[in-house]
Amino acid sequence: MQRYNQAVWSETDDSRYETLLAEKNEQTVDVEERTTLPDELTRESVTLPELSEPEIARHYTRLSQMNYGVESGPFPLGSCTMKYNPKFTEEVAALADAAVHPDRSAESTQGTLAVYARLQDYLGRIGGMDAVTLQPPAGASGEFTGILVARAYHEHNDEGNRSKVIVPASAHGTNFASAVMAGYEVVELPPSDDGRVDIDALEAAVGDDTAALMLTNPNTLGLFERDIEEIAEIVHDAGGLLYYDGANLNALLGQARPGDMGFDIMHFNLHKTFATPHGGGGPGAGPIGVTADLAEFLPSPHVRADGESYELYEPERSIGKVHGAMGNWLVLLKAYAYIERLGDEGLTDTSAKAVLNANYLGSQIDLDIPFGPFHHEFVASAGDRDAADFAKRMLDYGVHPPTTKWPEIVSEALMTEPTEMESQDTLDQLADAFNAVAGENEESLSTAPSSTAARRIDQTSAARNPRLSWHALE
Amino acid sequence: MSQQFQDKKSESRSTESPFAPHTEEDVQAMLDAIGAESVEDLFDVPSSVQFDGSFGIESSSEQEVVRDVSDTLARNDQLTEFLGRGRYEHYVPSIIDNLSLRSEFLTSYTQYQPEIAQGFLQALFEYQSMLVELTGLEVANCSMYDAATALAEAALLADRVRGTSGSKVLVSDLVREERLSVLENYLIGSDMTVETYPTVDGATDPTALADNVTDETVMIYVENPTAVGTIEENLSTVGDIAEEHDAAFCLGTDPVALALLEEPSNVGADVVVGDASALGLSPAYGLGLGLFACREDYLRQVPGRLVGASEDANDNRAYTLTLQTREQHIRRERATSNICTNQAWVALRTAIHVAWLGATGLVDLAEECVQLPRELAADLNDIDGVTAPVHDRHHFREFLAETPRDAERVAADLESNGFAVHAVDEHQVQVCITDANRSERDEFVEAVREVVA
Repeated sequence: MQRYNQAVWSETDDSRYETLLAEKNEQTVDVEERTTLPDELTRESVTLPELSEPEIARHYTRLSQMNYGVESGPFPLGSCTMKYNPKFTEEVAALADAAVHPDRSAESTQGTLAVYARLQDYLGRIGGMDAVTLQPPAGASGEFTGILVARAYHEHNDEGNRSKVIVPASAHGTNFASAVMAGYEVVELPPSDDGRVDIDALEAAVGDDTAALMLTNPNTLGLFERDIEEIAEIVHDAGGLLYYDGANLNALLGQARPGDMGFDIMHFNLHKTFATPHGGGGPGAGPIGVTADLAEFLPSPHVRADGESYELYEPERSIGKVHGAMGNWLVLLKAYAYIERLGDEGLTDTSAKAVLNANYLGSQIDLDIPFGPFHHEFVASAGDRDAADFAKRMLDYGVHPPTTKWPEIVSEALMTEPTEMESQDTLDQLADAFNAVAGENEESLSTAPSSTAARRIDQTSAARNPRLSWHALE
Repeated sequence: MSQQFQDKKSESRSTESPFAPHTEEDVQAMLDAIGAESVEDLFDVPSSVQFDGSFGIESSSEQEVVRDVSDTLARNDQLTEFLGRGRYEHYVPSIIDNLSLRSEFLTSYTQYQPEIAQGFLQALFEYQSMLVELTGLEVANCSMYDAATALAEAALLADRVRGTSGSKVLVSDLVREERLSVLENYLIGSDMTVETYPTVDGATDPTALADNVTDETVMIYVENPTAVGTIEENLSTVGDIAEEHDAAFCLGTDPVALALLEEPSNVGADVVVGDASALGLSPAYGLGLGLFACREDYLRQVPGRLVGASEDANDNRAYTLTLQTREQHIRRERATSNICTNQAWVALRTAIHVAWLGATGLVDLAEECVQLPRELAADLNDIDGVTAPVHDRHHFREFLAETPRDAERVAADLESNGFAVHAVDEHQVQVCITDANRSERDEFVEAVREVVA
């Protein structure tokens, strides 16, 4: 059994962990004294931390020690695909040629545009899509962009009266929010008893007001929607479009392609499937792929090859822009390098190992996994335990816990995705952590964690009495 | 351990992925434990949709990829950029890469388990605090994607907090088209449309603004400095006009400008947006950091993530994501925004940069942004036929220059001489100067002299 104690820096006299920058030292500067601008155009003063470089280095090094990443230990956070982020991708992102300004002319940025165009092409092949835009800066932005494209398509076909987007109950929360932002009413689709799309319910839900069905496949339970071709037919017969949420694409690389399943629009999460670091919440990238019929609606500008060179152009019926520039370029660049490194076999093997790992881990834990066969992730039930408490206790075993309490179709859900990166030994450790926690008493769970920098944090107090800056602490 | 490692190295590797550690023996042992014949059997994919083709992407060694990407990107021309218009370059000190690339930060996830993620949470709390200080507003979130999406989210926020419904977002005609396009897309699900009001000589004229504001105006958006580098002179009046019409006043800016220019809260701004990556990151082909700050009474309607202070079971101060019931993973179609993944790592970098500069360093960097364009404009103005700056106002980092020749041609010729500028109008180029390109100033002036002749 692995033991773990996270580093912790604390000031016991002041009841706090690492002291805030502003508490270490701050300085107020009289702005009017230091500027040649007239006083009426400037502020009077500014107060900020004032520390030496060594002090800053120590501050952030300590903070990093009180943080847990993929390189710290297992991180089987379901639906998030926390896989290893290869180091060389940071090296290519640090190249001076990657740093150019977004307003540079196309003629002077042929290198950047070449990578951009090649990545468009690679993702199209991987997803089975005819055209790809790299502009959306995150998965949710990709969803929003995709639904805007669907909307533009319907309007172009004089079917702008289609007002509804159908979303399965177990879908990511972003699907619902993105559809509403794009001006649609959401119709929630209840699941069938086997955790998949209920065909009868879908048939009842679709109609001439259906703009699109958003689907994750494998779904959030890790199950492949076996009836995908029938689903596609039902949606298409009703005149709707089929949208693929790419959050779970790590299950299918080289095994099946959304384009071949009948999807018209899809997004990719490059920070999941293509190994770019999550960076504590972002930046990610959420390119979308579409079928040929939809290509003319993609965001502007798009990149295309013109003989030996590359150019920017506006697709004929473009929806316009969803990001101020060209998206999260450095993330795109890292994903491009990752795809080139792996190639066909590496990508296919990635999904094979991701699915193998999830199934092996699932076979080694003593918790009920109500739905299967699953692929890259499974949803176990903590049974009569509170899944959130269960997760807190797992922290004490040096592993990041699964996603908890979602999807709701599994009671006290522990959504677990180990990814391809973990070895059998590590999976055994993870299973030990699950099983040890499952065997502990209620109190042990409700008082956990004890090995992390901070102990259980009071969420209610944080929300009731919001203190959102160091100014609010005084 | 080392014995085990040795054994694994000597076994044949079945894997084709260099980032999956399995040996053939591991795979077999795992399949046995699962009770499956083969890895293929684990896939529940109907044969009719199985993919049996190839992507046609060859794998490469790490060395080959690094070389290929370097060689490809080297097709970019080596230009000294005098570019701005919303995306700015300042020298990024080494310490930022060094600290932000620590894998505990870089490879971590959104802080859904705060007890194990105090480090990043504190860094984001400090980032929020810096923006609270700079804007004078009580709330800053821990990032939107970029300036354009932050502006768009501000408009949606303004609509939600307004007592009565309205239909217009009114923006200065100097705002970049790209931002307007993003804004318009985000407004598709609302009843609002975008209108522009005319500026006079590169800045907001209160009368022209007032003529365009009605009770249908949900939000007024002004940038300071503007996209052409001018410093606005009547922001308090804008704040008054907005208040009279129950419209939100949204101010676009960046953290360097904030250190020097009028404090948004003092001119009546309700929301502040912009690109915060002017500190902490290269221009990165437009990868940004959406700054988003607002008044405290908008708190429950804020889009994106917020880090708050709380206490842990030891009664120590600790940090956590808070007010999450606003967010999509809980509120779904009623969320304040669809944003999930944000730009947290860039926010970490920006915070380190602000800390590194300190109050004095940041104010002095901002003052340099006032003096450098003043000096460069004077030099360019000395060239026959060139008028710089076009607007007789104070500038920040950049300004417009009138050239006798067609601006596109001037920009193209400058490019041949190794310099990049914006061509913004038939006879106007825009030039941006900061600490990052100031060392090339004299060569640049000479090049301009040559190409306008």
